[in-house]
Amino acid sequence: MVEDIRSILKEHGKLSVDIAGLSDDADLYQAGLTSHASVNVMLALEGKFDIEFPDRMLKRNVFESVSAIRAAIEELTGGA
Amino acid sequence: MTDVEYSSESLYDELVRHKLILPVSEPGAFGRGAVFEDVLERFGDLVTRISKNDGAERMQFPPILDRKTFEKSEFLDSFPHLAGTVFSFKGTEAEAKELQAKVKAGENWEDTQSMTGVALAPAACYPVYPACAGTVPDEGRLVYMQNWVFRHEPSPEPTRMQSFRCREFIRIGKPEAVFEWRNAWHKRGLELLLSLGLPATSDVAADPFFGRGGRMLAANQKDQKLKFEVLVPVISKENPTAVCSFNYHQDHFGKIFGIYTPDGELAHTACLGFGMERVVMALFKTHGFVPAEWPKYVRDLLWP
Repeated sequence: MVEDIRSILKEHGKLSVDIAGLSDDADLYQAGLTSHASVNVMLALEGKFDIEFPDRMLKRNVFESVSAIRAAIEELTGGA
Repeated sequence: MTDVEYSSESLYDELVRHKLILPVSEPGAFGRGAVFEDVLERFGDLVTRISKNDGAERMQFPPILDRKTFEKSEFLDSFPHLAGTVFSFKGTEAEAKELQAKVKAGENWEDTQSMTGVALAPAACYPVYPACAGTVPDEGRLVYMQNWVFRHEPSPEPTRMQSFRCREFIRIGKPEAVFEWRNAWHKRGLELLLSLGLPATSDVAADPFFGRGGRMLAANQKDQKLKFEVLVPVISKENPTAVCSFNYHQDHFGKIFGIYTPDGELAHTACLGFGMERVVMALFKTHGFVPAEWPKYVRDLLWP
């Protein structure tokens, strides 16, 4: 799952640094993730994992790191 | 103050009855009467008076924006539903006849129109950013203007207009200077409206971004406290109307339009805008529909 998240961030995140050089806990906003890019990441994650983020999860901190995104997806897919 | 009753319909009816607004067939496109305009101009003069020592530079643009700037601004990424692009007829004489016949027959004539090089200004400040491209001086720049802006949101609520005037100040410069300026004006704007006897409060706010992605953008904006509004009850006590908003764009426009500080960093920008018609409606709702009967301290401020 982490590899899929990283590949979506690489494609849609428009980060100012290479995602490969960032740890799972690195702050993506510090790495150049903008609000608009985070929306595109969110929509790409929904497509890839066949999930829909509820309103309560459409928040900045849910997409702040690879680990945070993984935790959110695990919550929505029942940890599968 | 005695209990005031708030409703959208009653405000609209009272504004019409006192000839303050002039109804037309399309919602949110009504005209403004002489007394309404006098109050609006007087409030504008008051804003000019309290800011006269700020050293702001005036820029005036038409209420249209060149389409390249409009596209570059990313307005369509956030608010595709609010934008208005200007379309026009570019056909032959025969096609003009076809257009006229369709209009006269009450048929749909949109296929006779095509896109022009301009959009209606979605915000008064947008043309300022490309005009400030390059390196700003060490102290930054401060610009002001008043302009008509368009939002495609037809509604019977008198406070929700498709076209209205916004009086804006725009600050461009180093992040800390811009942030402090925004905070100082936030306090000043609230005090100004309170001084006119308006029951104003201020709150963190979010823009009406489009769709589900928009809900995320709105949550981000609130989390980061990028937008504040000064609110006054006009058509509802529970949901007061925003009459003034303060927006901190961080480096959004600096990045898009290439605006830099002398140290080579991206400039930050912020703007504040008074929704002029909304301020005037708040005054009428709060003090009554006849300005001659308003409290003396309010009249003294507006008609010094």
